[in-house]
Amino acid sequence: MGGMTATDPAIEIVGLTKFYGDHAVLDGVDLTVPEGTVYALLGPNGAGKTTIVNILSTLLAPGEGEIRVAGFDVRREPAGVRAAIGVTGQFSAIDELLTGRENLRLMADLAHLDRAPRYRAGRHRAQNRATATAAVTVMLKRFDLVDAADRRVQTYSGGMKRRLDLAMTLIARPRVIFLDEPTTGLDPRSRRDLWAIVREQVADGVTVLLTTQYLDEADQLADRIGVLDGGRLVAEGTAAQLKRRVPGGHVSVRFTDAARLAAAAATHPGAASNAEALTLQLPHDGSIAGLRRVLDSLAAGGVGDDGIAGLTVGTADLDDVFLALTGRVSEAPASGVPATEAPVSRAPVSEGISA
Amino acid sequence: MSTSYTVRDSATMLRRNLLHIRRYPSLSIMLIAQPILFLLLFVYVFGGTLGAGLPGRQGGGGRGDYLVFITPGILIMTVASVALGTAISTATDMTTGIIARFRTMNIARAAVLTGHVLGAVLKTGFAVVIVTGFAFLLGFRSEAGPLGWLGAIGLLVLIAFSLTWLTVGLGLAADSVETASNTPLFLVMLPFISSGFVPTDAMPAGLRQFAEYQPFTPMINSLRALVTGAQAGSDLWLAIGWCALIALLGYLWSRRLFLRVPAK
Repeated sequence: MGGMTATDPAIEIVGLTKFYGDHAVLDGVDLTVPEGTVYALLGPNGAGKTTIVNILSTLLAPGEGEIRVAGFDVRREPAGVRAAIGVTGQFSAIDELLTGRENLRLMADLAHLDRAPRYRAGRHRAQNRATATAAVTVMLKRFDLVDAADRRVQTYSGGMKRRLDLAMTLIARPRVIFLDEPTTGLDPRSRRDLWAIVREQVADGVTVLLTTQYLDEADQLADRIGVLDGGRLVAEGTAAQLKRRVPGGHVSVRFTDAARLAAAAATHPGAASNAEALTLQLPHDGSIAGLRRVLDSLAAGGVGDDGIAGLTVGTADLDDVFLALTGRVSEAPASGVPATEAPVSRAPVSEGISA
Repeated sequence: MSTSYTVRDSATMLRRNLLHIRRYPSLSIMLIAQPILFLLLFVYVFGGTLGAGLPGRQGGGGRGDYLVFITPGILIMTVASVALGTAISTATDMTTGIIARFRTMNIARAAVLTGHVLGAVLKTGFAVVIVTGFAFLLGFRSEAGPLGWLGAIGLLVLIAFSLTWLTVGLGLAADSVETASNTPLFLVMLPFISSGFVPTDAMPAGLRQFAEYQPFTPMINSLRALVTGAQAGSDLWLAIGWCALIALLGYLWSRRLFLRVPAK
């Protein structure tokens, strides 16, 4: 029988490989998440993020590799893993025919909340003694669902459903939480609310593994970030470490005419130009001095301020990280236009300047 | 996983299914209305003629005799009808994300299915009581004693249990809710080719053999014997055997399908 000791990491993956037929969805992934930290898996659709979450949450059998969650082997001790984890996936896992209160009650009952579980220890014990009813009331308040508690979930808005979904995951007080693209499709306020909840959990000692397509989300929440591409972990580190490997960002300069664009492009080989939009995308470290250097270098090449119609400064985004780490453009839906065609600006844009 | 958790989790899932029935009663009402309509149709439209052809009576029987004759078949049809609803509700359930959530929780693996089966058996009981009441309203009278009725209830529960495990499997195997509402239709049709509506003697050779050996015939024969106060004899054992076999195969099949990884 397994189980986590004080020194064990919450999640430990060694040599995880998973095939669908001949196609390797995951190819030798190694990953360790210490207890009480947030790990973000960053990558485009099809990179294998959800497959990792499904394997860690015992939904999917691993191919090869040693995988332990909360000290339990996912293959040999799935019940131990399930008792320790909570999962919120991309698609809402709620019972639409029931009310919010009934959904939470269902989870509380299935978590056997009114019995003192042996596998949980320490600070959670007092809360576990509380009855399921009390736990439901607490969650309804905390997730701002009191007014809607006795309404059928079918009538909830998207944000409310996501909050209920998360509340259902957290009511069992899991020690390890998997969040699979938790903020996809959420408005900015709901996204920030969810980030706050994740931070609270981590402050309580809970371990979080989340997948996302957004660098800023990983940046906001994660202690460590793993960049997943084609089933391989191509980079890993803190947000700062990863950003150092990425060329900071870019400044997209729009010229008044094609001749000036051509002149600027000639003096900056390697920069992506877009003849249709009359733009040239140049590397930029994000500083004012850096911006001045960019303009100076253009002027030195014969294109002065009067030849520039406007410019847009973009911070490093998933595309930049991908371009830098994999040498090719990601297929993330957020990016839309491949970098070789040099989009005028790429989200997130920090500021726009017009001449 | 201890046994107490299995029982507890199944009870929790049963509560969930009962809430579903309460929230979405139209399906249940439709499934109960169907056998009642058949009862009315057969007794009032065909009953006079069919009753005259019943054997064992001087010059045949009448509409009243036919009512007594088909009530057991209608009750079995009620069970099959509710079981069909279970295929639909199981298939609907599998399309929702909550099933994936259940799979990641430390709960008894079969509890989701047990909840469906127990809920369906309770629903069947409710439906059977209503249909039986309707038969009495139309003039059904029985000479069966309490023991006979108790036996009839036991047999109906057993049939409901076995057919439900089968339709849970059909619901899980269906790739859509539409498929799940079609594949179990044979359960509602099969009682027609049994001893339920006319004596099997009246059928041509090939059909008669099929009718005599298919599982619904011993079920209907024993139920008829129990509710009319006659001796069920070997039919009862045959019916119990069929139920046990269908339940076991249905359970093993459903379990395998449920544990199978969702193809997402």
